[in-house]
Amino acid sequence: MTAQVTQPAAEPDANVLVELFATATRIKLFDEKYLSLMKAGQIGGMYYSPRGQEFAAVSVAQHLRPDDYVVTIYRGLHDQIAKGVPLRDLWAEYLGKAVGSCKGKGGPMHVTSPEHGLMVTTGVVGSGIPIANGLALSAQMRGTDQVAVTNFGDGASNIGAFHEALNLASVWKLPVIFVCQNNEFAEYTPLSEGTSVARIADRAAAYGMPGESVDGNDPVAMWQAAGRAVDRARRGEGPTLLEANTFRFNGHLMGDQQAYMPKELLKEKMAADPVPRFRARLIADEVATEADLTAIEEQAAEEVADAAAYALAADYPDTAELDTDVYAPEVAV
Amino acid sequence: MTETQLKATATETATKTRKMGQVQALNEALDIALGVDPSVFLLGEDIQEPNGGGFGVHKGLGNKYGTTRVRHTPISEQAIMGAAVGAAISGMRPVAEIMLMNFVHVCADQLINHAAKLRYMSGGRTPVPLTVRTATGTGGGFGAQHSDMLEAQLVHAAGLKVVVPSNPADAKGLLLSCIFDDDPCVFVEMSQLYFAGKGEVPEGDYRVPLGKARIARAGSDVTLLTYGRQVGDCLTVAETLAADGIDVEVVDLRTLNPLDTDAVLGSVAKTKRAVVVHEAVRRNGFGAELAATIQEELFGELAGPVLRVTAPDTPVPYAKSLEDAFLPGPVRIEAAVRRLTKS
Repeated sequence: MTAQVTQPAAEPDANVLVELFATATRIKLFDEKYLSLMKAGQIGGMYYSPRGQEFAAVSVAQHLRPDDYVVTIYRGLHDQIAKGVPLRDLWAEYLGKAVGSCKGKGGPMHVTSPEHGLMVTTGVVGSGIPIANGLALSAQMRGTDQVAVTNFGDGASNIGAFHEALNLASVWKLPVIFVCQNNEFAEYTPLSEGTSVARIADRAAAYGMPGESVDGNDPVAMWQAAGRAVDRARRGEGPTLLEANTFRFNGHLMGDQQAYMPKELLKEKMAADPVPRFRARLIADEVATEADLTAIEEQAAEEVADAAAYALAADYPDTAELDTDVYAPEVAV
Repeated sequence: MTETQLKATATETATKTRKMGQVQALNEALDIALGVDPSVFLLGEDIQEPNGGGFGVHKGLGNKYGTTRVRHTPISEQAIMGAAVGAAISGMRPVAEIMLMNFVHVCADQLINHAAKLRYMSGGRTPVPLTVRTATGTGGGFGAQHSDMLEAQLVHAAGLKVVVPSNPADAKGLLLSCIFDDDPCVFVEMSQLYFAGKGEVPEGDYRVPLGKARIARAGSDVTLLTYGRQVGDCLTVAETLAADGIDVEVVDLRTLNPLDTDAVLGSVAKTKRAVVVHEAVRRNGFGAELAATIQEELFGELAGPVLRVTAPDTPVPYAKSLEDAFLPGPVRIEAAVRRLTKS
C-alpha cells in the first residue's frame, strides 16, 4: 500500500508550464542531435539516451535552486540539463574535450558541475543513492535549507545500497528526495521479472517515509508531486520516495536492438511522446501559442547547434592532464 | 590558505608528551579534530556513548560533542560510506568508522568507485576529504572474517591514501593528518596494537605528515621494510641479531600510499639487502610492490634477492596453534635476515 501524500496540489502557472516545455525541448533536441552525429559516425563513445523521460527530470528540477544538490546516473543528460549545467560544458564533456565540465576526464557517465549543484553522475546502478544522503546530511548539519535529489531507475531499487540509504535517510530525517524514474526496464529486463513490487513507491512504506507514484510523463502531475516532496524536505520533515512512471525510447544504450522489447508496447509509448503531447496541451489550454512554442524550439535548436559546434571544434585534453587531479596537489607526494 | 590547510601542512614537532596507549591516542586525535574544525564529524556503528565504538576509540566524544557530530549508524556499511562521500564533497570532513577491515568490502563500491575517483572524474572539482578508520589484524582469535589485512587492495585503487600506524604517537599524528588531508584516506588500525603497551605521545595538535617513513632503527647490514604491528617484531629481531654482529635497519613505512620511495631506496642502497615483512598474505601483497620497486631502481647494487616474510596464502585460521603459525613473527623474520646476510 503506497503512503500517498495528501497535501493539496499547487497549480503551476503559465511561466512554469512554458519553462518545463522549453527545458524538455532542449533535452530532446540535444539527444536527437547527439544520436544523429553518432549514427553518422562523427562521434563515438557510450551514450544512454533519456528520450521519453524528459519530464521526470525537468518537473523536479523546476523546484530546485542552484545550490540544491542533484545526483544522477549514466542515463543522466536530462537531469544534467534540467539542473542548469550549460549545454556547451555538457556537450564538450560528452565528447571528452578539455573544455568540458570535468576537463574531459569524466565523460557522459561521470559528469559533475558543482556550481550548478550537479554533484555526481555515477556509472554504477544505484550507487548515487547513498551519496545523496551524505549531501543532505551535510546540508542538515550546516543548517542550510538545501535539499538533495537523487535520480535512478527502477533497476536500482533492487540493489542493497538503495535499501540501506532509504532506511538511513528515514532514521536521520534527511532532506533528500529519492526519485525513481521507472522506465519499466532494468537494462534488458522488464520490471516484473526483476522487481518484487509493481510500484517502486510501495517500498517507501518499509522505511517509514511517504512514497508517491505518479505519471512521470505528465509534467503537471510530476511538478506537483515533486513540489510536495521538495517542500517537505526543505521544511525538515525528511525524505520522500517519488516514483516517476515513464519510458525510454532508445533502449538501454546506443546500438541496443531491443530484442526484449514488445514492439506494440514501444509503438504505443512513442505515439504518446510526452514532449509533443505537452506542446499540444499548452496550445489547447491557451497557455501559449503555436508561434510561442515554435520560437522556443528554434532557440533550443540554435543552442544545441552552438554547443555541438563548440564541442566538436574543441581540443582534447593535453596528455599532461593524465595524472593530475588524482590527489590534492598541495599534499601529493 | 584556510586555517585547515595551514594545519594540514603542520609537521612533527617536539612538544610536551604524555604516556598513553593507541586507543587513547586515537581518541585524543578525534577530540582535537572535532574541537578545532566544525566540519569534522564522526559516523559509524555504535560509536555513541556508552559504548564509544567497538573498541572504545570514541569514548566520551559523544557526550562532549553531541550525537549530531558523533553519530551512530545502522549496520549499513554502504550507507555509512555513501553518506561520508556525499558529506565530503559538500564541505564536511567526515571520519567514518568501518568497524572491521573485512567489511570494507561491503562498501567497496562507495570507497573505490566513488571516493577514490570523484576528484579525478570531475577534473578536480569534487575533492573527497574523507577519512575511513578501520580495525583488523590477526592474534585475537577472530578467525577468517574479522582479521584480514587488505591494504594491498586499497593501495591498488588510485585516489586513495592508505595509512598503517605502528605506535601511539604515530597513530595520533597520522590520524590528524588524514582528517585534514583533502583526499580520501583509509586509516588501518591493527587491533593487537590497541592494547600493546603505551608510548610517549606529543600533546596538542600533533601531526605526522603522510608519505613520510620513519627509520625506527638505524643499521648498516640489512633493511627490514615493514609497517603496523610488525614494526615491533622487526625491532625485536634487530636486537637479537645485533648480538651476532648483524646490524639491522628497520624502516617503518607508516603510509603505503603515498609511499616514501626515497626512504625505502635510500635505506636499501645503503645496506644492499632488503626483507619485506607484513601480516597480509604473500601473493600480490604490498611486499610484492616493494620488491618490484627496489629491483627496478637498485638491481645492480643488491647483494641478494629481496625477500618477503608474510602470512601464507590462506584465510586467517582460528585455532591458536594455527593462528600463531600464520603470523610472520620474529622467528621467521630472523631466519630471513640470516639467510640474506649469508649471501
